Amino acid sequence: MKKMVYLAIIGGLLMQPAMADDVFFEASGKVSTEATIYAHEGQFANQDYRTNFSLAIEPEFYWDWNGQQDSLTFKPFFRKDQRDNARTHADIREFNWVHLNDDWELRTGISSVFWGVTEFQNLVDVINQKDAVEGLDKEHKLGQPMINLSFVKDWGIVDVYVLPGFREQTSAGTNGRFRAGAVVDASATTYEASNNSKHTDLAGRWAHSFDVYDMGVHWYKGTNRTPLLTAVTSNGQTVLSAHYQAIEQIGLDLQATVGNWLWKGELIHQTNPIEDFWASQLGTEYTFYGLQDSATDLGVLFEYGKDQRGIRANAFMQNDFGVGARLDLNNTQSTSLFAGVIYDLDFHTTSASIAGSQRLGEDRKLSIEAQVFASENSSDPAAMFAKDDYIKLTLDSYF
Amino acid sequence: MITKHLTSALIAGIVIASISGFTFADAAEDKGLAIAQQIKLRDEGWIDMTASMNMVLRNKNGQESVRQIRMKVLEVADDGDKSLSIFDRPKDVKGTAFLSFSHTSGADDQWLYLPALKRVKRIASRNKSGPFMGSEFSFEDLASFEIDKYSYKFIKEESCSMGTCFVVEQYPTDKNSGYTKRIVWVDKAEYRVLKTAFYDRKNSLLKTLSAEDYQQYKGKFWRPNAMKMVNHQSKKSTDLTWDSYQFGNGLSAADFNQNTLKRVR
Repeated sequence: MKKMVYLAIIGGLLMQPAMADDVFFEASGKVSTEATIYAHEGQFANQDYRTNFSLAIEPEFYWDWNGQQDSLTFKPFFRKDQRDNARTHADIREFNWVHLNDDWELRTGISSVFWGVTEFQNLVDVINQKDAVEGLDKEHKLGQPMINLSFVKDWGIVDVYVLPGFREQTSAGTNGRFRAGAVVDASATTYEASNNSKHTDLAGRWAHSFDVYDMGVHWYKGTNRTPLLTAVTSNGQTVLSAHYQAIEQIGLDLQATVGNWLWKGELIHQTNPIEDFWASQLGTEYTFYGLQDSATDLGVLFEYGKDQRGIRANAFMQNDFGVGARLDLNNTQSTSLFAGVIYDLDFHTTSASIAGSQRLGEDRKLSIEAQVFASENSSDPAAMFAKDDYIKLTLDSYF
Repeated sequence: MITKHLTSALIAGIVIASISGFTFADAAEDKGLAIAQQIKLRDEGWIDMTASMNMVLRNKNGQESVRQIRMKVLEVADDGDKSLSIFDRPKDVKGTAFLSFSHTSGADDQWLYLPALKRVKRIASRNKSGPFMGSEFSFEDLASFEIDKYSYKFIKEESCSMGTCFVVEQYPTDKNSGYTKRIVWVDKAEYRVLKTAFYDRKNSLLKTLSAEDYQQYKGKFWRPNAMKMVNHQSKKSTDLTWDSYQFGNGLSAADFNQNTLKRVR
């Protein structure tokens, strides 16, 4: 089915009139060098190290023609990791042809889509698979093949998605950190859909801004991006088998921007072969601008996540609250710092993280990220990270 | 008796003095407002504009940092402008874009697009006094000029580089403004703002903006090619040069929405 996307791109491009004279081309990108220091050796086999180095490259090639009515973006990604073979991986983040018309646009190819308003997790963000080996922040996604038609109307923006081809979630390998005692074995993956990863998923979303409100309503029918993991024996070894359910989901995201306050909520209702359930993420953020007549802004935020399935949920915040503080110096180097704490009300565990970044000179950026996990409850899934407290330094060089 | 007469005379004198004082103040306010209305009127009807903006930020040691931004702006009748700003430099924010619907009264609507996450964020627009991209320009310095944003007081006329200038004090009506007042020098012939002095919340001189090299477009609209902002307190400065001004590009409201924000180049 991925072929469908490529055929659509090539077909579409071939139908373009001769375009030689007005093609605009641009290449850019970044190289990221990363060093991680762990507080302890890991608790599982093959995690007996405390440092790790990694290098990633993400170039971006862009063309447009027809007076920018058509554009093509190609953005491959490659990472080499010192320890974890599963983290050494490549992906096409974007290979996307966009065609514009007066009140609609057609986006064909591989791309990623973000839906949502909250900070600690985005329940409504269902289109792309997570590239989970990239980090715990859930911000990294695998490119998803899609045909997306988008209409702009006075009453909002309507997006329709046809999503041929499914991407499995990436996960740490035998020598990787941030995993359970057993590793996920891709050969043991099972699907609800009879045609496995070739099932074509469908989605639609209406989004609108009016007055102080920004809202979105979505519908999704297809293979769940989040797997159910179960331990199985394969060749005498215990491994994790990922099972991807067929689901149907509706959801709502809403933000009200009132003065210094942001009020945010995400709500989903999912039907899967086991059960129906609701989940929500609600929160607020208040920003103090220009602390003590300086340029510094301080934002404080609070969020609460609830999943009706309770502790059975394969969710990140099933009954958790998170508090955070965001400091922006608004200086020439764009120095910023975020600190957050998440507390699990079911398992009584805490995880705390900080993330800061600053530009160095004109073309480089230094980021620092640290996280500690305080889990005394071995039944909490987060207990598998108990020895994975880390500090990570990343230097991004842009070209 | 004499004392009583004296008291009456004194009171009358005070009353007359204060009335005439008010009258003078009113006249100065009216004249200040009239100049602002003239500035606005003479700049109406440009419909839409695109331009590139290059900023050189300098700290007190002379170290430089460059910002490049492209802008598309749509004039909206009876309301503030709609604008789309696209960041090209520094490279780590390349592709970041900012959509703003400004309003003559009430809060502006603003969205920021973060290309690495493909995320559009609605942001609070209260941050008027904050620096724009680490420069000496704040968000309010770059916002479109709307009459209701200030109250006015004409001070005097004096000679300036373009002949004779009106000197007018402008007091922000928005309590989130970073200023107690601005003093502007406006040339009498064409109502171009040549110089602006900004006074901080403690009412001391904070910054001076000089506009240079004005050019006329479409036979009507004057735009400076260069603007120099100097911060007298931090000794930092920002040189802003405008490039490729184009008017009448046929832009419409359809060019300013979240879809256009996501695909800017």
